[in-house]
Amino acid sequence: MTALDALRSALDSLRASPLRSALTMLGIVIGVAAVIAMVAVGAGARDQVMRQIASLGTNLVMVGQGSVVRSGVKLGAGTAATLTEDDATAILNDIPAVTVTAPSVRWGLQIVAGNQNWGTVMFGITPDYMEARDWSIVQGRGISDQDVTQAEKVVVLGQTVVRSLFGGGDPVGEQVRVFATPLTVVGVLGEKGQNTQGQDQDDVIFLPLSTAKRNIPGMAKSNPRFIHSVVVKTHDGADQDEAQAQIRELLRQRHRLIDGQDDDFWMRNLSEVAATRDASSRALSFLLAAVAAVSLLVGGIGIMNIMLVSVTERTREIGLRLAIGARRRDILMQFLIESTTLSLIGAAVGVVTGIGTAMVVAGLAGWPTLIRLDSVVLAVVVSGLVGVFFGLYPARRASRLNPIEALRHE
Amino acid sequence: MASDAPLIAVDSLSRSYRMGPHRVKALDGVTLRVERGEFVAVMGPSGSGKSTFMNLLGCLDRPDSGRYALDGEEVGRLSSDALAVVRNRRIGFVFQSFNLLPRQTAQANVELPMLYAGVAHAARAEKALAALAAVGLDGRAHHRPTQLSGGQQQRVAIARALVNDPVLLLADEPTGALDTATSLEIMALFQRLNRAGITVVLVTHEPDVARFARRVLSFRDGHLVDDRAQVPEEALA
Repeated sequence: MTALDALRSALDSLRASPLRSALTMLGIVIGVAAVIAMVAVGAGARDQVMRQIASLGTNLVMVGQGSVVRSGVKLGAGTAATLTEDDATAILNDIPAVTVTAPSVRWGLQIVAGNQNWGTVMFGITPDYMEARDWSIVQGRGISDQDVTQAEKVVVLGQTVVRSLFGGGDPVGEQVRVFATPLTVVGVLGEKGQNTQGQDQDDVIFLPLSTAKRNIPGMAKSNPRFIHSVVVKTHDGADQDEAQAQIRELLRQRHRLIDGQDDDFWMRNLSEVAATRDASSRALSFLLAAVAAVSLLVGGIGIMNIMLVSVTERTREIGLRLAIGARRRDILMQFLIESTTLSLIGAAVGVVTGIGTAMVVAGLAGWPTLIRLDSVVLAVVVSGLVGVFFGLYPARRASRLNPIEALRHE
Repeated sequence: MASDAPLIAVDSLSRSYRMGPHRVKALDGVTLRVERGEFVAVMGPSGSGKSTFMNLLGCLDRPDSGRYALDGEEVGRLSSDALAVVRNRRIGFVFQSFNLLPRQTAQANVELPMLYAGVAHAARAEKALAALAAVGLDGRAHHRPTQLSGGQQQRVAIARALVNDPVLLLADEPTGALDTATSLEIMALFQRLNRAGITVVLVTHEPDVARFARRVLSFRDGHLVDDRAQVPEEALA
């Protein structure tokens, strides 16, 4: 019996009870659809995370003001007030891998324009900061070196702030106030969207570092060189870990920390953040795929169940086929092809359903989805294997029937 | 395949079954010859061993002891796959309950043995139609069994048995499910096929059916108790 004849006879017998065949396939359909849709959701989420991380820049090290230990009590980050602009300059000058250092201060405050006001986060920065964090300017200009040296009373607004205060109109040239200080809006930042923690990165304003220190109450007046953090950019391909070790060594020296004393600063590497995020979304993808695989397994058990029923029902047919010359392996193949055909047709329907589901999820829930070809191929191959595996036992049973007894079966 | 050997040569053939703690000798030392072209009726009450004998002749079962040569070839010790090939090429089966596949057309049913013989698609259709014509069913090739009468269904089954040109036609109570008139038609068909050269061995418990054979074997308690030639009646139809 050729494979084509076997396939034809398999299709015939599946057509014999269309409802039963359809219900048997349903398990596989749902399993395959679940695999494809869930992998699409997982891959979409991962893709989005990776894109966000790429938007942060990967060759950056953040160095921040650490905490002070007073009488055994660790105060919050930024309480030490030992990190200075001179540290930033020293990092740039002493460590060869470093190309840019951008010191900044950061403060939450209220910004007022006309009769509108908005609570946002202020960064006092130098032009290098814009470069290091890949900020673009869509209207007007950014913070310039001159703004910093002259402590000009200018401000650059993030998109969210523009929307809140000016309703999306052009704010360049307008006057705003923070605390009592009037500032001229000179530019608008390009949109960045949410960061990996889901915070709005566009809810921000930039002032020249010097202006911020001079005009924002609450900035550490004891040390005019004080900053909250430095963004350190290394050249492409530089060894991040080594650069980080060098920065740490340099800062400990400059801050006169003796061995055994804790760092009074923190350092964060964005590729570490990337790795953590990637690992967690990978775990999510794996979990989703595992759930989907279980439903494929259940589908396989459904096939085995129906194939066993079918073998019993068709005992006389099997007896007849054996009597007229079918060998045991012909019968085995017939039932294996039948179960595999069932699961593969189910898989085909499942692929269509899965892709459809992923699209609907993308459209309705607004989740990013990414249909991966490898998940489609994997789901179809696994269904085929499920059909063979769960068809094997019923098929063996059929092929081992005694023809005399099978022919006598009622 | 020695053509001077008898078609069926059976020597001291025995077969027993386990029934709980007992072994029941269903067939006990049967020896006989059947020549090419014979029309043999196998008779006996139920439990006489005639079905066991039939199963052994049909290569559906293997003897415990004794020898069985079909068409000159020793088949009593063949593997189950080799027996399948013998059944496929040398033997045609006709059953009391027809055993047609209900969802297949008459033609597809007749083609079934050729599927296992590896006959090409086009040749299958041609041979199937010829076999259907030989049993008087031309024009019914695309009917399903449910659309055919009992007699027509048995004709389809006979066409199926003939399609691989077997040397032996084995019929197990072929008229058991048919009325008298139809039975006569089927017996006439067997007689016609036999005259055309096919060896027929027919199992029945009805003397009415056995009278159309040219030789009658009688079984009782696993033994061949009578072997007698007779002048057959003509079923004619």
